[in-house]
Amino acid sequence: MAANIPTNAPVHGMPIMPRIEHDEHTHHDEHHEQSFLTKYIFSQDHKVIAKQFLITGIFWAILGGALSSLFRIQLGWPESTMSWLTPVLGKWVEAGKLNPEFYLALVTMHGTIMVFFVLTAGLSGTFSNFLIPLQIGARDMASGFMNMLSYWFFFASSIIMFISIFLETGPASAGWTIYPPLSALPQAIPGSGAGMTLWLVSMALFIISQLLGGVNYITTVINLRTRGMSMSKLPLTIWSFFLTAVLGLLSFPVLFSAALLLIFDRSFGTSFFLSDIYIAGQALSNTGGSPILFQHLFWFLGHPEVYIVIMPAMGMVSEILATNSRKPIFGYRAMIGSLLGISLLSFVVWAHHMFVTGMNPFLGSVFMFLTLIIAVPSGVKVFNWLATLWRGNIRFTTAMLFSIGFVSLFISGGLTGIVLGNAALDIQMHNTYFVVAHFHLVMGSSAFFGLFAGVYHWFPKMFGRMLDEKLGYVHFWLTFIGVYLVFMPMHYVGIAGFPRRYYAFTGFDSFSQFADLNKFISAAAIFAFFGQFVFIFNFFYSIWRGRRATENPWNSNTLEWTTPINPGHGNWPGAIPAVHRWPYDYSKPGAEKDFIPQNVPYSQTQSSNLPNEREMAE
Amino acid sequence: MATTSTTQTLSSPSTQEQPRTGTWDGGNEPFKASYGKLMMWFFLLSDAFTFAAFLTTYGLMRHRHLAYTGTNEAFEFSTAYWPIPDKVFNAFPGLHGIDLPLGFVALMTMILIFSSVTMVLAVEAGHRMDKNDVQKWLLWTILFGATFLSCQAWEWSHFIAGTDEGTVMEDGTRFFGANLQRNQYGPVLFADLFFFITGFHGTHVFSGICLLIWSFIATTNGTFEKRGHYEMVEKIGLYWHFVDLVWVFVFTFFYLV
Repeated sequence: MAANIPTNAPVHGMPIMPRIEHDEHTHHDEHHEQSFLTKYIFSQDHKVIAKQFLITGIFWAILGGALSSLFRIQLGWPESTMSWLTPVLGKWVEAGKLNPEFYLALVTMHGTIMVFFVLTAGLSGTFSNFLIPLQIGARDMASGFMNMLSYWFFFASSIIMFISIFLETGPASAGWTIYPPLSALPQAIPGSGAGMTLWLVSMALFIISQLLGGVNYITTVINLRTRGMSMSKLPLTIWSFFLTAVLGLLSFPVLFSAALLLIFDRSFGTSFFLSDIYIAGQALSNTGGSPILFQHLFWFLGHPEVYIVIMPAMGMVSEILATNSRKPIFGYRAMIGSLLGISLLSFVVWAHHMFVTGMNPFLGSVFMFLTLIIAVPSGVKVFNWLATLWRGNIRFTTAMLFSIGFVSLFISGGLTGIVLGNAALDIQMHNTYFVVAHFHLVMGSSAFFGLFAGVYHWFPKMFGRMLDEKLGYVHFWLTFIGVYLVFMPMHYVGIAGFPRRYYAFTGFDSFSQFADLNKFISAAAIFAFFGQFVFIFNFFYSIWRGRRATENPWNSNTLEWTTPINPGHGNWPGAIPAVHRWPYDYSKPGAEKDFIPQNVPYSQTQSSNLPNEREMAE
Repeated sequence: MATTSTTQTLSSPSTQEQPRTGTWDGGNEPFKASYGKLMMWFFLLSDAFTFAAFLTTYGLMRHRHLAYTGTNEAFEFSTAYWPIPDKVFNAFPGLHGIDLPLGFVALMTMILIFSSVTMVLAVEAGHRMDKNDVQKWLLWTILFGATFLSCQAWEWSHFIAGTDEGTVMEDGTRFFGANLQRNQYGPVLFADLFFFITGFHGTHVFSGICLLIWSFIATTNGTFEKRGHYEMVEKIGLYWHFVDLVWVFVFTFFYLV
């Protein structure tokens, strides 16, 4: 069976489909000698852009993780002396104590960085860019130039956000949700001064980057699929990237609106979100605005945003689980259906973040109902993953471990989502560490696990070398144990009533019995953070020194493994392979091997064809 | 029957190696639209959400304020209730003191709608590869677009300058016109939203005019003729119609409702 030989271009008797001009252009580029600048820096090759997103994302992840270690030190040991941090934090340590306003800045920047810069740009920026053209059989994205711009807008946005950390008044400190009036009034906290301005500018650039990337991903999936790659033969990765891009396209503009209105409130004296405010005993002139309006606009983005974060991870995990269980994904169409269901529902549940804003209880119950419906498609996905693993011929690669870890975390975090989705229970739970534990498990850590799984699985295609498996195992177990040790106890702390974003709990007697538990969480968080350096070392070491990869190291079915080990710009040296079958023909009864790549026609697999496929082959 | 179908499938060995070729089976463009045109459509969809957020903001803000309940004749400006648009926008350049409710904005809207008509003609001329006609109609579109913007500038300056009498504000002072902090016509948010939303729309018109000027220059230089198609004009046309359509909504919200 010719697994890795691309099927040739249209042969006899078939109308040759007109390939799009663009295709030939990029194909041409392959033969040009490129300078270092056009090849690695201002590259229009989707694979290079993907790596740029990945490495920028890794940088941000280290920073975001370091910030969380800093505030966990404060939370775990609130009475200790922090002078030893003065070399890093400078004036933010005052007389051995962490500045409380800087604590808020740490929390805000940790959230902003992780949600937007790592798990949005770093995750879907990397894998949508890398996998869409390779898995659908395209030479590159629809517009390589806009794709390049997308990265550079992200880069500019990153630079501005990074600079804001070093401002004299500190970076934005009103929480990653930047609710006004706190974020709108520079008099309120130092972080609402220049730091907030830079935050907004940075996010505006970030949204432009998302838009440029998003229209590209969607258009590429619609227009550039290779011959035979129908929508029902797409790998689930592509479906998830496609729907993620749709969500981004429809929700980020609303955040853009909210940010623009906030900029006007801050800088030009409008009153969109401000009304009847007294600050330091003085009345402000603003009347008529509504801070709740901001929350509506924000969460109209904010809720789809959590699916923007988790859906690419879901897609990659589906792919990796099927490949390494050597079984077809269970319920392929149900997987697509549940992705569609989640995408649709994500737009009509935003107010469950606002149950305690004084909204009409009837409205609250509508949003509660819609929110709990999300458990259905999520449950479909979980059971399908478990059924895929069930009696599979499992290969415990590092990517597989992280995928199984993803499923575990998604279940653990998802169950508490059902609790929090209840408007009545949310009165007790809102703004406590229970919420923090919930979303860190269900979208934070699981998305990270999806990201790691993706990196371990597609590293050979990215760099032509393998990541070290042993170090991968060490990394997995440190992370997996670390994450559970951090977030499981956090649920108890939350049920006990600890509010989020508090600088210290030493002032409350009722909380003193949990001081040890908080210390434990902090120790575990720092432990898990340091565990990540195993990965960082593995990643950069393996780029240059890793074991050389083979063409199809995981015996996978999707098209990216039919390219050469180090594909050039244009991906396939010859014609683009055509597609004949779905991507999950693993362990098909009667087949010679336990996998049949998508580009193998049915005529070559007579022994394993099903009755309906036999007709296609004859 | 059965035999026939079997022989048919058997007699076509060439289909063995070939994938399917339906609309969504890959290897083609399902909407029969180039990637550039699709991208423009998706961008517009996204932009529509931005405007939708602003107009929702308008709706909510208006809902939060008291409505005027008296008769039209007895209406007076006050910061206590939302004003009647007929009374705010009733001026016309050169006709000082004459009450022409929505007269000027109706003219503006007509001009913008005309610019959409000339845009259609430019696109149509592009399909015929008629360079001169494309140039002509693009120029008309630019002209109408720029006229619309100038009208809006007048509308803004009149709104900012205010009426002759002004309004006595809550603090007892007399105030003329409106800015982002004070507003003689009604609640300050009325002015905030007016400036913000018409301004955001105006920015879109301005970008559209820039694109049109650029495509006019490219047409004159024969860039599109060499390329063999005027698709760029078509894409800018999509954007232009979208901006017009958004104006219809802005117009409805601010002036009619």
